[in-house]
Amino acid sequence: MADNTSGFFANPLVKWIEYRLPVFSTLDHMVGTQYPTPKNLSYWWNFGSLAGLCLVIQILTGIVLVMHYTPHTSLAFDSVEHIMRDVNYGWLLRYMHANGASMFFIVVYIHIFRGLYYGSYKAPREILWFLGLIIFLLMMATAFMGYVLPWGQMSFWGATVITNLFSAIPLVGEPIVTWLWGGFSVDNPTLNRFFSLHYLLPFVIVGIVILHVLALHQHGSNNPLGIDTKGPQDRIPFHPYYTIKDAFGVGVFLIFFSFFLFYAPNYLGHPDNYIPANPLVTPEHIVPEWYFLPFYAILRSVPDKLGGVLLMFGAILILFLLPWLDTSKVRSAKFRPIYKQLFWVFLIACVGLTYAGGLPPEGLALVIGRVCTVYYFAHFLILMPLVGWFEKPLKLPASISEAVLKDGAAGSKA
Amino acid sequence: MAGTATQTAGTTEPTRRDFIVVAAGAFGAVGAAAAIWPFVHQMNPSADVLALSSTEVDLSQIAAGQSVTILWRGKPVFVRHRTAAEIDQAKKDDAAALPDPAKDADRVKKPEWLVMMGVCTHLGCVPLGQKGDFGGWFCPCHGSHYDTSGRIRKGPAPANLPVPEYAFLNDTRIRIG
Repeated sequence: MADNTSGFFANPLVKWIEYRLPVFSTLDHMVGTQYPTPKNLSYWWNFGSLAGLCLVIQILTGIVLVMHYTPHTSLAFDSVEHIMRDVNYGWLLRYMHANGASMFFIVVYIHIFRGLYYGSYKAPREILWFLGLIIFLLMMATAFMGYVLPWGQMSFWGATVITNLFSAIPLVGEPIVTWLWGGFSVDNPTLNRFFSLHYLLPFVIVGIVILHVLALHQHGSNNPLGIDTKGPQDRIPFHPYYTIKDAFGVGVFLIFFSFFLFYAPNYLGHPDNYIPANPLVTPEHIVPEWYFLPFYAILRSVPDKLGGVLLMFGAILILFLLPWLDTSKVRSAKFRPIYKQLFWVFLIACVGLTYAGGLPPEGLALVIGRVCTVYYFAHFLILMPLVGWFEKPLKLPASISEAVLKDGAAGSKA
Repeated sequence: MAGTATQTAGTTEPTRRDFIVVAAGAFGAVGAAAAIWPFVHQMNPSADVLALSSTEVDLSQIAAGQSVTILWRGKPVFVRHRTAAEIDQAKKDDAAALPDPAKDADRVKKPEWLVMMGVCTHLGCVPLGQKGDFGGWFCPCHGSHYDTSGRIRKGPAPANLPVPEYAFLNDTRIRIG
C-alpha cells in the first residue's frame, strides 16, 4: 500500500484521475495510510475530527435554513416560526443548527482543554495553537451573529450589549458602534450585515481549518506522553486505525447530540428569544448563550466599563501568549505533578465563571465571579511561569513504544 | 546590474530608480486606501436612516408623576413630568458625590420636564423608571442606579443618561432632534 499501486489505487479510473489530479494521494497523505500518527493517542484526540464534523453540520443545516429565512426586522422572527411550523422538517433543521452550535462549542472546549493538559501549544506547535485560537475567535463571532438572526428579545438585547462593548474604547468608541450598527441603534441595517457575515465566516473558518490541519501535519499530533515519536515503532497509519477510532467517537457524539436535539431542544436556549424583539423593553435578566458565560462573568466582575471590556478580550488573547508563559519544557501534565493539579483548579475556575455568568451580578455570584476571574489570570500570568521554573517533573519514558509496551507487559501479567 | 548600481550609488544618494519605486508604491497605496473606503463607509448610517432624525411629542397628556417613552432614532427617549418632590431631590443632589458631575438645572429646559435618552450608558439596556436606590431609574442588566435627574449614582455605568437635543415648540409641545 505504501507505493500506492495496489488496492484502491490499482483501480483504472482512480489511476486515470490520479495521473491528472493527485487528489487521492493528497487525501491519503492527509487522513489516510500515508499519515503516520503516534500509536498511543487516547479518546481525548477524537475532538479535532468531531469539531470538523460539527462545522460541516452547521454549514449544511445553515445553507438550507437560509432558503426559508428572511433577514428583515419585520419578517425575521416570523420566518423563523415559519421554518419551525410550516417548512418540511424545518423544526429538525433549525434545532440541529441551534443545538449544533452548542455541540460545536462543547467539542471545541474539550479540544482546547486537551491541548492545555497535554501541552499541545508548545514548540514546535505554536502556530498550530494560534490557528486554533483564531478559529475559536471566528466561531464566537459567528455564533454571536447567528443568535441575532431570529430577532427575538435575547437576539436584540444581546446584540445591543455586545456591540456596546466597543463604546468603551476612548474617543473612537461611539463612531465605531454607529458604524457597526449602520444607524443609531441595533436595527435593520445591523440585522442585514450580521446575516451577511454569519454566512461568510464559516467558510473563513473552513480556510483556517485547512491551515490548522496543514500545521498539524508538519510535526504530527502531540500525544498523551507529550514526547516526540522517534521512529516507525512509535507510529501507526491514520487509516485505518484512527479513522475507525474517530468513527466510533462520532457514534457516541451523535447519541449525545440526539439527546438534546430530540428530548431537550430548547434546554440550552433562552425562552425570552421566543418573544419578538422590542427596542423599548429590556428583558429582566440578559444572559448570553452558555458558551459565552465565562467571558460575560469576567466582564461583569470589573466595576469599570473599559476595564471589564479589556479584561474580557484579554481572557482570550492571553491564550496566544501561552507558549511563552508556560516555561516548562515538559509537554504532558502526566509528568508535571504540580501543573497537573493547577490544571484542575483552572478548570474549576472556568466552571465557576460559567456559573457566575448565568446569574445576576450581585451577592455570592459576584464574589464567585471575581475570585474565579483573579484565578483565571493568575493561573496564566503568575502560576504558569513559576511552576515551570520550580516544578521537578517526573522522569520521561525513552520512547512512546517503550512506555506503551511496558504497560502492555504489565497488563498481560496481571 | 541594477543591484551593483544601487550598491555603489545607494550609499551616497538615492537613484532615479529608487524614486520611481517609492513614488509608484506610494501612489498604489493611496489608490488602494481610496478603493477600500467605500467598502468601509457603506456600513455607516445611510441617508434614509439619517433623515429620520427628529420627532415631536405632545406634553399636554402627561400628568405630573407620569412618564412617556418614545422611539427616536430607534432608541427610547424618556419624557418625564417630574413631581415637585423629585425636582427638590434632584436639586438637593447637585451637592452629592456624583461620578459624572452635572447640575440638575443644566439637564432640563423647564424643571418639571426631564427629557433624556432611555439608554443605559453602560451597555445600552433600557433602565426601569422609578426604581433603584435613588428614586430615579435602575438598569436591570448590570445594576446601574440613576437619580431623579437621570444622573448615574451607583453601578458600572460611566456617565449620566444623555440629554438629546430638543426644543419647546410651545408650552405643550417639544421637538426632539
